Amino acid sequence: MKQFETVIGLEVHVELATKTKIFCSCSTEFGGAPNSHTCPVCTGMPGSLPVLNKQVVEYAIAVGLATNCSITQNCKFDRKNYFYPDNPQNYQISQLYLPICRDGKIEIETEEGVKAVGIHEIHMEEDAGKLVHDEWGENSLVDFNRSGVPLIEIVSEPDMRSADEVIAYLEKLRLIIQYLGASDCKLQEGSMRADVNLSVREAGSSEFGTRTEMKNLNSFKAIRRAIEGERERQIDLIEAGKPVIQETRRWDDAKEYSYAMRSKEDAQDYRYFPEPDLVPVQISDEWLEQIRKRQPELRTEKLERYKKEFNIPEYDAGIITSNKKLADFFETTTAICSNPKKVSNWLMVETMRLLKEHDLDLEQIPFSPENLAKLIQLTDDGAINSTVAKEVFEKVFESDIDPEQYVEEHGLKTVSDDGALREVIEKVIAQNPQSVADYKSGKKKAIGFLVGQTMKAMQGKADPGSVNKILTELLQ
Amino acid sequence: MSLMNFTAVELGKKIKAKEITAVEAANAALDAIRMREQQVHSFVTVDEKKALDRAEQVQKGIEDGTYTGPLAGVPVAIKDNMCTKGMLTTCSSKILGNFVPEYTAEAVLNLERAGAVILGKTNMDEFAMGSTTETSAYGVTKNPWNTEHVPGGSSGGSCAAVAAEECFYALGSDTGGSIRQPSSFCGVTGIKPTYGTVSRYGLIAYGSSLDQIGPIAKDVTDCAAVLEAIASYDSKDSTSVKRDAYDFTAALVDDVKGMKIGIPRDYFGEGLDSEVKEAVLSAAKELENKGAIVEEFDLSLVEYAIPAYYVIACAEASSNLARFDGVKYGYRTQDYQGLHNMYKKTRSEGFGAEVKRRIMLGSFVLSSGYYDAYYLKALRTKALIKQAFDKAFEKYDLILGPAAPTSAPRIGESLSDPIKMYLGDIYTISVNLAGLPGISVPCGTDSNGLPIGMQLIGDCFEEKKLIRAAYAYEQTRGYRHCPIAEWR
Amino acid sequence: MANHISDETIDYVGILAKLELSREEKEQAKKDMGEMLDYIDKLNELDTSGVEPMSHVFPVHNVFREDVPSCEDGREQTLANAPERKEDSFVVPKTI
Repeated sequence: MKQFETVIGLEVHVELATKTKIFCSCSTEFGGAPNSHTCPVCTGMPGSLPVLNKQVVEYAIAVGLATNCSITQNCKFDRKNYFYPDNPQNYQISQLYLPICRDGKIEIETEEGVKAVGIHEIHMEEDAGKLVHDEWGENSLVDFNRSGVPLIEIVSEPDMRSADEVIAYLEKLRLIIQYLGASDCKLQEGSMRADVNLSVREAGSSEFGTRTEMKNLNSFKAIRRAIEGERERQIDLIEAGKPVIQETRRWDDAKEYSYAMRSKEDAQDYRYFPEPDLVPVQISDEWLEQIRKRQPELRTEKLERYKKEFNIPEYDAGIITSNKKLADFFETTTAICSNPKKVSNWLMVETMRLLKEHDLDLEQIPFSPENLAKLIQLTDDGAINSTVAKEVFEKVFESDIDPEQYVEEHGLKTVSDDGALREVIEKVIAQNPQSVADYKSGKKKAIGFLVGQTMKAMQGKADPGSVNKILTELLQ
Repeated sequence: MSLMNFTAVELGKKIKAKEITAVEAANAALDAIRMREQQVHSFVTVDEKKALDRAEQVQKGIEDGTYTGPLAGVPVAIKDNMCTKGMLTTCSSKILGNFVPEYTAEAVLNLERAGAVILGKTNMDEFAMGSTTETSAYGVTKNPWNTEHVPGGSSGGSCAAVAAEECFYALGSDTGGSIRQPSSFCGVTGIKPTYGTVSRYGLIAYGSSLDQIGPIAKDVTDCAAVLEAIASYDSKDSTSVKRDAYDFTAALVDDVKGMKIGIPRDYFGEGLDSEVKEAVLSAAKELENKGAIVEEFDLSLVEYAIPAYYVIACAEASSNLARFDGVKYGYRTQDYQGLHNMYKKTRSEGFGAEVKRRIMLGSFVLSSGYYDAYYLKALRTKALIKQAFDKAFEKYDLILGPAAPTSAPRIGESLSDPIKMYLGDIYTISVNLAGLPGISVPCGTDSNGLPIGMQLIGDCFEEKKLIRAAYAYEQTRGYRHCPIAEWR
Repeated sequence: MANHISDETIDYVGILAKLELSREEKEQAKKDMGEMLDYIDKLNELDTSGVEPMSHVFPVHNVFREDVPSCEDGREQTLANAPERKEDSFVVPKTI
């Protein structure tokens, strides 16, 4: 039985988080009636001309720097020519000859340890419009709202060998880009899209096999299934002595198989040539340095800093830094209340629990760091006890209330007046002679019942520590 | 003497002096159009109502001080490849036969800001591909000097309209000589500015790296005034250039003393008509008499400009014209089965033979396996041609030569042999490849009474030198009205 | 003619350019393209080794827009010339 090795390279498209399109001032916002976010430029009207959005270049450079690429300081745009109704000019402005970034790498964690995946290039290009297909009719509808939304395409080297590595690579890439604020990278919503180039070869061979390209993969699950399916398909072909054909295949998520997108009208000859309507982009050392200086702290550095600076468990630090928004939330809250350990706890336990209960993801924390900080402050000051704190937190989560105000208004503050508490405790002692006798005869556990009775009488607004202390003292 | 015999600047002065109103001028132009279109056919679209409403509005604007420039109230014709909001813009193609843009080209907007009154849109070779205005889907334009001859092209409609005095000036576009060659054939003056001087926004592209809009008028003064109005830095056109000065009329000075003018020997060899040669050389002599230093030199590489141009222009055109597909605007075929059949039938029915020829060639030279051999080779040749001009302009202020090797050919003579037609652009094409400014000025007529044009070429951004020399030469000759315009 | 254009080449270019030529047009196109390529081959007389291909004639670079939205609802302008329209979308023959 022959052993086969899978060789995978990825082409990842990422929609950049700019406010406007790459070549015109139309909004990139989602939603809106079809064709409402359009103008002559992004609908390919005759005589219209593109003008490059500077922010696109800056995001592309930022991603390039974060993935250890060398930046092409004199880069140009090219036209990629092909006919399709979602492509209004019937050419896409992209980069072939001088892409903005080249020769990078990122490190991923695999079962065998850390592994580097090479990045062949990153280039800037425009997105296409959207086609809506009428299931029974003979027509498709074209909406150019997404036409001209800026993309970067990150092309990896064929360095991955398994679905696990592919997913580790994508997760790493996603984290880097999210941290840079260059995109939200949502696979399901299409702001991150991965095409998989896959070939198989006999283990030990140094030659690559014939590869296929798979498109339309919009979840990690789909990517994993498509990789496994395509690997099997190619091995079956080879073992049956049939050739693997270099082609583009479309993944059908519902049917869980891919099919070739062949057509005699698809020549796949894109006739690239330099875009005459745009001038070259020259990236000076100074500009590069400015962007380098502005680069935010990335995940790996942040993780190290959290462990050192905040002294929180590695596991917690790992979860919190796994999402830029969560990490930002953590840091803002900590800056206000100076109690990183408690902030981490609230996020890791109660927040996670309620997010799950409300079917929200980490991006969607519904309350402000200020209110969580106030809540922590209240517990640190002993103004409320932990039971009350949990109750108040639910309100914070539900409607982002101000905990100080809420505690005040609902009279939830711990009674810190020793005299009042002492009075209540004396009453409890008087009413429960049996428990007092038990305690005095050595059944120390009986104090628990008395604490409970006291808390009940105080309607929970007492600090259990103080109750314990006064009880012990009075029972001497 | 008719009102239509005035130059644009002369008419502008009369309007300003309240001797003539903008409405009278528009009516005179519309009368001339009604009278001569049958013979000349310069226009694809004439919008009388819009023109008169606009004339009235401009007249008010002149009176209340909104419009103060030299062209306020002067009627103009626009080549039909510049978008005009609410007015049919066809590129003389069936594929845009019903296209009414929602926006106006920046150059035309600039004219409107100067108080121009647009009469309509002029005929052209389909998508500016041609040298005779015979490839239009809307009929052939005739040369007003002799209606059995072509007006040249591709801005043939604009040049014929100016020569036939159906308007006072016109806008044209020049990708390989499309302003200068028909100006020469029609006995009018036309400028192709330095690339980037006039915004291309709203100009329906043929060869994006070569296209420039420019003025066509009776004389150099008008051309300078119009260029001053249309030239601007435009943030909507990335290839637009911010120039130090736009006061082109300041160069209207009758003085060429000490100006160094080079005559390329390579422009006067085989293929050049002897009458054209004689007329151009005697124009050079006039400049020499006025104190210019004129000498011959070898420019080199002249014969390589045409093949390089056709590779580059057709490659760009094959991509620029891909958008005409029956989806968003323009013509869509009636019967089709599926998407690709719709594309193919729409385009095959919508484009004419010359446009298809160039799209096919352009697609081929960019296709896999041929890009280096053809496209990159042409771009390298372009670099060498630019170097040759750079070297020439180290020595000379201007280069002088013919605008075309012959006077206007007869209708029907050119299209049968495309390569021969392409060779007619030999003196103009390299100017576009190098991005330089050029002007064509009438310098005589041949034995058939057809006009001959002299071309002056300047270094980039040296329009003022062109204008000065052309103006000085013009003073020795004056404007000769086309006989058709003398009839009334 | 040094450049002989085959039927396959013309058909292939037709697919790229989305043009459908009749039999006669095809024959004419083969002849025209062959002649043009013969003519263009004149460029091979020139030694261009070491010459940088010149796509842009002037050394202009870095022309940018700031990332500030300005377009208003462009629906009606965009669809004004549509050969076929359904509500706010263009209609094309089904693509899959």
